[in-house]
Amino acid sequence: MKKVTEGLKAVAESVALCRPDVISAYPITPQTHIVEELAQIVADGKLKCEFINVESEFSAASTVLGASAAGARAYTATSSQGLLLMMEVLYNMAGMRLPVVITDANRAVSAPINIWSDWQDAITVRDAGLIMMYAEDNQDCCDMHYQAFKIAEDPDVQLPVMVNMDGFILTHAFDPIDFPSQADVDKYLPKYKPLDFLSANNPRSFGLMGGPDRYLETRYAMAETFKSITPVILKAADDFKKMFGRYSGGMIEEYRMEDAETVLVSMGSTISDLKEAVDTMREKGKKIGVLKIRILRPYPAAEIKKALGKCKRVICVEKAISLGGPGILAAELKSAIYSNANKPEVSNFIIGLGGRDVKQEHIFELVEKAEKGVCETEFIGLDKKLVEEMDK
Amino acid sequence: MVAKRAKNILIGNPGTSLANKTGSWRVFMPVYDKTKCTACGMCAMLCPDGCIHGDKAKKYDPDYDYCKGCGVCAKVCPVKCITMKEEQK
Repeated sequence: MKKVTEGLKAVAESVALCRPDVISAYPITPQTHIVEELAQIVADGKLKCEFINVESEFSAASTVLGASAAGARAYTATSSQGLLLMMEVLYNMAGMRLPVVITDANRAVSAPINIWSDWQDAITVRDAGLIMMYAEDNQDCCDMHYQAFKIAEDPDVQLPVMVNMDGFILTHAFDPIDFPSQADVDKYLPKYKPLDFLSANNPRSFGLMGGPDRYLETRYAMAETFKSITPVILKAADDFKKMFGRYSGGMIEEYRMEDAETVLVSMGSTISDLKEAVDTMREKGKKIGVLKIRILRPYPAAEIKKALGKCKRVICVEKAISLGGPGILAAELKSAIYSNANKPEVSNFIIGLGGRDVKQEHIFELVEKAEKGVCETEFIGLDKKLVEEMDK
Repeated sequence: MVAKRAKNILIGNPGTSLANKTGSWRVFMPVYDKTKCTACGMCAMLCPDGCIHGDKAKKYDPDYDYCKGCGVCAKVCPVKCITMKEEQK
């Protein structure tokens, strides 16, 4: 059934269709409407689920961790400072191999206080052991949630999944969304059968100590799991297509890259801006394409290496920064293509931090700059007058 | 050699606190002078490990398998019948 709805409400309805047993979340802009809508759905009796109110994101994450350990399908959502407050629990969730699904409405991190969109929050937790998916639009984001539960709960995976959607740009945008029927979702995503769970009848101890004699092996097991997740992610998308008729998947997506000499690389909603700019530049005869990183963890190194086998120039367009370090997408991309015979030059630009609009002219500008020579962590769209006056 | 879930490390059987005899952590051990002890039970009530047992007739004794030698019992004993002695092994 298609209906026009707000991104966050669409996510809430999609999550409800996945029939989580326990939801615990704390409201934070721009994620709040997910929590509100899910609370309403549960209160109206439309979803049989424990909705647990908590006093912080740390408690929300701890609650879903415990629920998942007890064998429940568990869900939470957050953003920015809230995600950082969850951080310690996220490492535990992943380390304990609990298949929680988390939605992050990507938002800038303080200071200065900023509620608008960039990727800094989620990028900061990318090493925690979560599978990280980035949605380009709201339909993509909804479809990711059905798949996220399937991937997380796969017996060969058993890891938390984070679905990322750009704050405001996606979260508050109204789009026509195609919702599957409850019966179809139930077929695609049967009731969660945990491999082990806490139970009073069969007492077990979760989250044991792993000293120097055992810890290394637990990390090895996670690393080995991450190496073999790609087929599970691809299969979840194939099964989704069989059931619902549309393909919404892949580790990466290539757009107009057949003969592209220059390739723009990015994630999330920025991809739509880049595609539009590429269409304009193609009309003027520029051989340019877009590479979307849809899954950031596990990092699709092999797919990226293959996709960038022929181009001359790669331009990473990033909405997060590793201060004092190299561009985040650029650094990982360079390591992925290091062994390629063809080594394109790699530029990277920081754009749109804290919700600054990404305009088409900004994209034309950064392509022009990169064509003149390699650019490293260069800011685009700065207000020059403000920069000059800032320290006066 | 491939392992993916680390199940045997992450999940265990309960009751490990009994199997894990923490008395070996001790440096000072509480020694009771039973002639002074009035069996008031203060030491047993305040022992953070709950490892002091006894009653009016037998008076009180710590379970050295689990006593970590914190010294709370010696501090709270109203008749000072407990002394902390460096343990020689």
